[in-house]
Amino acid sequence: MACICNEKELTDEQKYKQLKEFIDENKIKEGYLIPILHRAQAIFGYLPPEVQNFVAKEMNVSISMVTGVVTFYSYFKTFPTGRHTITVCLGTACYVRGAKKILEALEEKLGIHIGETTEDRRFSMGVQRCLGACGLAPVIMIDKDIHGRMSVKKLEKILELYK
Amino acid sequence: MNNIKRVKVGMASCGLAAGAQVVFDHLKEELTPKNILVERTGCIGMCFREPLVEVEYDDGSSIIYGDIDGKKVKVLSEKIKNDQIQEEWIAYKPNDEEYESDHYHAKQERIVLRNCGIINPESIEEYIERDGYKALNKIFEKGKDWVIEDVLNSGLRGRGGAGFPTGLKWKFAKASDNDKKYIICNADEGDPGAFMDRSVLEGDPHSILEGMTIAGYAIGSTQGYIYVRAEYPLAIIRLEKAIAQAKEKGFLGDNILDSGFSFDISLKKGAGAFVCGEETALMHSIEGQRGMPTLKPPFPANSGLWRKPTNINNVETFANIPWIIVNGGDKYSAIGTEKSKGTKVFALTGKIKKSGTVEVPMGITLREVIFDIGGGIINDKKFKAVQIGGPSGGCLPESLLDTPVDYDSLNNTGAIMGSGGMVVMDENSCMVDVAKFFLSFVVEESCGKCTFCRIGNKRMFEILDRITKGKGEMKDLDELEKLAYQVKNGSLCGLGQTAPNPVLTSLKYFRDEYIAHIKEKKCPAGVCKDLISFRIDDDKCTGCTLCARNCPVDAIAGEVKKPHIIDQDACIKCGKCYEVCRFDAVVKE
Repeated sequence: MACICNEKELTDEQKYKQLKEFIDENKIKEGYLIPILHRAQAIFGYLPPEVQNFVAKEMNVSISMVTGVVTFYSYFKTFPTGRHTITVCLGTACYVRGAKKILEALEEKLGIHIGETTEDRRFSMGVQRCLGACGLAPVIMIDKDIHGRMSVKKLEKILELYK
Repeated sequence: MNNIKRVKVGMASCGLAAGAQVVFDHLKEELTPKNILVERTGCIGMCFREPLVEVEYDDGSSIIYGDIDGKKVKVLSEKIKNDQIQEEWIAYKPNDEEYESDHYHAKQERIVLRNCGIINPESIEEYIERDGYKALNKIFEKGKDWVIEDVLNSGLRGRGGAGFPTGLKWKFAKASDNDKKYIICNADEGDPGAFMDRSVLEGDPHSILEGMTIAGYAIGSTQGYIYVRAEYPLAIIRLEKAIAQAKEKGFLGDNILDSGFSFDISLKKGAGAFVCGEETALMHSIEGQRGMPTLKPPFPANSGLWRKPTNINNVETFANIPWIIVNGGDKYSAIGTEKSKGTKVFALTGKIKKSGTVEVPMGITLREVIFDIGGGIINDKKFKAVQIGGPSGGCLPESLLDTPVDYDSLNNTGAIMGSGGMVVMDENSCMVDVAKFFLSFVVEESCGKCTFCRIGNKRMFEILDRITKGKGEMKDLDELEKLAYQVKNGSLCGLGQTAPNPVLTSLKYFRDEYIAHIKEKKCPAGVCKDLISFRIDDDKCTGCTLCARNCPVDAIAGEVKKPHIIDQDACIKCGKCYEVCRFDAVVKE
């Protein structure tokens, strides 16, 4: 799937057009709802009811089917997120090596809790049960970058990298 | 003269998280003009020394440098250019006596990880050079029945955790009569604290494709799916590349190697649901639905994906297959114990000195893995427990460290082999808190279909929460046990059936700790906030004021150069004073 994150902000009309093209290409394939939702979220950033309705209509499935899938998987978001997404790993290895402290420090610093977005839309924060970089615990992921051997001290510097 | 053949940088997720990209870029920029090849490779396995740089020489010897950061790489690149060695940064020299004796490598046996950290995972040529796709020729020559027989002979059991014999599974799927059958690779590695499959996916993707193709041939399937976590973006990229390369070379696609057998593999990205690691849930997810488990039977071998016969194995199982075919099932079954053959990959993490992916022969003891390979506990603290098998597994105490690693011995302890997470905990880990941590995971990840899993786990979590807050009663322990058995018996899928294991094992082996929380209102490990207090030791306090300046609620009073005092009513127990004190004067009780 092509990365479309760095493109210029599109109008809603263009976004729907892009999504429709992708749906038309793939809707005949069996079991393609999840890849289509992945694509829709890549285009819109999140999946508000309007987008879910659009997907349902274009794929000729019920809205409840689409919403059912969207709400089942934690990867799909129904609220807008910030420009950067911080994911704190709370896997076992990170947990025993102090991930809770990192999380608390982030909550304090950004003034938001898990699942929330800062007012300036700079950061959204979430948790993950394992990013698979346990050898470097504790780790956090910002967008697609994994930062290992985290400490409260290092946080400040790292956050500065994401404007 | 011993020339440098090439320089490799370990660039799996662990390496990248430690800063391998900067190291790779620098080496590439500096060494390419000198005609030294710089390449990326997968997980070298020694996560504790990331980022790792390996210099390979023409005579086959090599040197692995550890902890190479953005600063050190500048020095290292100069050394490499001038054909010099930087002795003090060497982490490991393969085949060198001095380094082999450190046990980290000596006690390991690498079959699944045979190529990880050795080949460039993005190069099919390097995979082929190391016997890659050689098994395909052999299976077409020997036939389907031979393949299944050989896998049966090998004694290989499913590495996803349950340990069902792989050959038998294939036999059932083959016997199922249908014109359409599916092969699925379960790469939805969701256990917190486990990353073995990621290491293989990122470090040796072709071995999985080859293993799946062999399975497809054996059971008579033409279509395979890899269900991979969306949280593993690098694995997805490398798999996509590998599939394209294999198709181009004729190892995948129509009429593979002119055998008349066709097989295709597609990637399916998960969307963040732990329960999708369960096979029926996984198949529903591939079908584009909510990933909720359904009752077995029918088993996937008879009616699976889109109601067609389906064979599901996990990443590690498939990665074993090409080796078994090339070297023979007998050679594989020569490794291990009577009922557990071959090797097992573990992600060794937590409070351990040398964390990383390790592959050991079955039958090795937990003590050998933790103390000989892993080097023991960080800062030489006291070992308390090892958690194996993730949320379905259990916490084992010191007294069980001589348990051999095999399916049956581990089951007897109340834990399970699981997929391979091995998290080591020291005296600073509270077992009640750890049990609560796993339950919070299950509560979040339960799909909600079965009442016992949905509500029972939640009630258990609430009881544990009470205990960690000092509000528990002794009768809570009986209640916990009762609920645990009800959840185990009343749940449909593996998630619910095993969810209470961390609670049951910690109750069995660490009951004292529960009792200390309930009766003495104390957390022996000093983790549960409501049960600890901080005070300042007058004799040690120098009055430096550092703690008072750092206290977020101004609960510390005292004059300069005189002992300070913490106001217990105002203290929020954040532990900041404990962390900043340079004289160990803050005591946690």
